Amino acid sequence: MSAWKLIRTYTILVYVFMFAPIAVVLLLAFNSSQFGGFPIEGFSLRWFYKLAENDAIVRAFKTSVTLGLMTALVSTTIGVLASLALVRYQFRGKDLVTTLLISPVLVPETVLAVGLLIFLRWLHMPRSFLLLLMGHSIVALPFVVLVVQARLVGIKKEYEEAARSLGASPVQTFFAVTLPLLMPAVFAGALFAFTISFDNITATIFWRPTGMETVPTQIFGMLRNSISPEINALGFVMIVVTVGVPLLAGGLARYFARKKT
Amino acid sequence: MRGSGPAIDTRPWLLLTPALLSIAALVVVPMSFILVYSFYENIDLAVDRVAFQFSNWRELLDDNYYHVAIWKTLRLSVIVTVLAAVLGYIPAYFIAMTKFRQRWLLLLLLILPFWVSFIIRTLSWIHILGNQGALNGLFQWLGLIDAPLSMMYSETTVIIGFLHVFLPYMILNVYVSLDGIDDNLEPAARTLGATPWQAFREVTLPLSLPGLAAGCLLVFVLTGGSYVTPLILGGPNDYLFGNLIHDAVVSELNWPMGATLSFTLLVLLGLVVVIYSRFMGLNQLSKAFR
Repeated sequence: MSAWKLIRTYTILVYVFMFAPIAVVLLLAFNSSQFGGFPIEGFSLRWFYKLAENDAIVRAFKTSVTLGLMTALVSTTIGVLASLALVRYQFRGKDLVTTLLISPVLVPETVLAVGLLIFLRWLHMPRSFLLLLMGHSIVALPFVVLVVQARLVGIKKEYEEAARSLGASPVQTFFAVTLPLLMPAVFAGALFAFTISFDNITATIFWRPTGMETVPTQIFGMLRNSISPEINALGFVMIVVTVGVPLLAGGLARYFARKKT
Repeated sequence: MRGSGPAIDTRPWLLLTPALLSIAALVVVPMSFILVYSFYENIDLAVDRVAFQFSNWRELLDDNYYHVAIWKTLRLSVIVTVLAAVLGYIPAYFIAMTKFRQRWLLLLLLILPFWVSFIIRTLSWIHILGNQGALNGLFQWLGLIDAPLSMMYSETTVIIGFLHVFLPYMILNVYVSLDGIDDNLEPAARTLGATPWQAFREVTLPLSLPGLAAGCLLVFVLTGGSYVTPLILGGPNDYLFGNLIHDAVVSELNWPMGATLSFTLLVLLGLVVVIYSRFMGLNQLSKAFR
């Protein structure tokens, strides 16, 4: 089957297209050259040390992590409650509610950012960390709802009904039955929210208060001159945080799940 | 159904309150505000006056600068969408049809880029195509060229940057659609005498169109609303409508004009979403998460 071979080769090429640039950043992070690009002159960790000494980047990193964790907390809490309503109850206007909940992805992010900014201006409120937190949470909310909902559909209602018939209150049922079963979805949603916040630049450029930088805006600012090798090292760290941590968590979860059975 | 009789069950609404309040305060109300603000009058940097006048809208209608930007945005979004469909369909087909046991790995690799920082993925193309990039390095090492070729900061690099970031959306959506097709359909068409190509074109392709359409919608809307990619990978002439909004709000501090432009972009892209949902419904979009 030569057509199939052609399809396979094509697929491999597309995967190369997707991963070659990422691989290049990971590679160049260890280049000892004082320029950010090729050729590779030798292996060195010096840019990682430089990175750790760069106050602006360390501050941006702390801001991004704090913002990401808080965004995950806020959007996951709101999102889990909303998902419960959508999956466990029948009510009028459900389609409209669903559309509203995913509306932050339907509105172009640039427009969402400007709209919120103008609203705040009308309220005479200055840009603040709180604006970033609320904004990021709303950007992440649709994804949390979709992930949690997909999982919640698979949890049988009978478990909850059994708990209820044994005399548990709705709140008790939620914490003793639903939430533990839902935990992987909550975790996945939170991780998703963290990544979305940690990665966001489009809206962050509009929302951040003067002088506050997140990692992406910091990198964006540094790009104006040229790609310094520090950016490659920072890229390496970011990829490890946003890819390595979920992979490790997923891998561990799978490992422990296998051990139990 | 747990609700008893005609009385309205308040529990789902209680659970929905925080989410709906946030959406109302942070999305719905601000969206109406940009319309109100587009009638305000800009006086000076960051100074504007409450008014009901049409100078911003007139500027948008009269000034060719804005028309060019709309045209550029439309053109680029179409190019990126078509290329993403062409580039993405075949890998999606491969993943859906392969007997390869490590299919989960291919899928994981597809989701992985979502976790890699957008700005890192975008700027990484400077490492591939730039003067000190991998390709120039390779060509010089092979002795093909003496001085680095200038390949960066053009419309092409902007397109490549968009494709790189949005391709996984396309592949994932098409894959979800292809994966839902009964495995027996194509062989059935074959036994009835269809050639492999006929079987694909008349059975598989039509059944995968919803996924393809969802992928196209996402790529089109995401491209049309961007402004960061052209700033990183494009030259001075490679701007999108989003860049005008960014300039108006961040550089010129002309808020009424920024509001006018934002509302225009919202309507233009909203129109695309509405037309799509008339034909397809919005459900297909959420399937990729299951």
